[in-house]
Amino acid sequence: MNIIFGDFIENLPPSQEYLIISFSPTSVPLQKRWRNNGLSADFLADYLSTFFLCDDEEHVCKAKQAEFKSAISYIANELLENGMKYSKDTSTSTISIQLHLERDNIIFEMTNSINTKAIKRFQAYIKELINSDPYEFYMRQLEQNATQKNSTKSGLGFLTMMNDYGAKLGWKFETSGQESKESAVTTMVQLRIDS
Amino acid sequence: MKIQQEDYSIVYDAVATTVVCQGSLRLNGTAEYSPIIDLLNDVVEQEPSHIILNLRELKFLNSTGISMLSKFVINVRNRKNIQMIVIGSQEISWQSKFLKNLQRLMPSLQLKLT
Repeated sequence: MNIIFGDFIENLPPSQEYLIISFSPTSVPLQKRWRNNGLSADFLADYLSTFFLCDDEEHVCKAKQAEFKSAISYIANELLENGMKYSKDTSTSTISIQLHLERDNIIFEMTNSINTKAIKRFQAYIKELINSDPYEFYMRQLEQNATQKNSTKSGLGFLTMMNDYGAKLGWKFETSGQESKESAVTTMVQLRIDS
Repeated sequence: MKIQQEDYSIVYDAVATTVVCQGSLRLNGTAEYSPIIDLLNDVVEQEPSHIILNLRELKFLNSTGISMLSKFVINVRNRKNIQMIVIGSQEISWQSKFLKNLQRLMPSLQLKLT
């Protein structure tokens, strides 16, 4: 059974430029491969920024290219961190991040497994997120985090993508059956390119 | 006070009451950030008349790091007697977005983008 939330495009048309990185979650403990999230995110950003062409003399374009690269790196790193945190250690399914480059849009697709028990809470958070004003929710979350001493989660990853980068977010949950302990979740982030 | 790691460093200069953050801060959750959180809390506890937070050489910051630095600014704001100055770089594009949000949290905060 599939459930969709937010801005999610199913059956994406094949794009000319795309890149996929896949990981096997069980090969190395999360703590040891945490640094790989940043390395992968920077690689994706570096790779895609070569398609953002600039004339050497154009300072405005160079600044936009730097902004584009920084946005990809930030969003990809947040998606990878989430994917790594939420995917089940015992899962045999791979974690993957795909980037599709379109004329005026970049689409990120992060797919990872999720414990079926954790789905309800995640979906409740998503519903709150898509029904709130991102700026108001973001500021509220910052204030709330400051009052909580032992909170382990910042709850800011998706909010910063929406608030600071104007990204559109969507999710697809795929559960194979009611008895299944594991489901797959794909997070889609659409980022506009202003060139 | 100083925290020096392969990817980042956090240094507090008590004479200049300046915290300098450099490198890439993409640590795993609040637990990994706790030594930095402790350092920042110590700075606030000392109640200097002003605190300078220099982020000019901070290339990357993940959302957990955003939460940590926002909390630091909120703690300073709540003391009501500490002037806060944040120095950032215009060339690192996430900084201008983040620093504007910090200023919204603490309207009296002075921003210096160089």
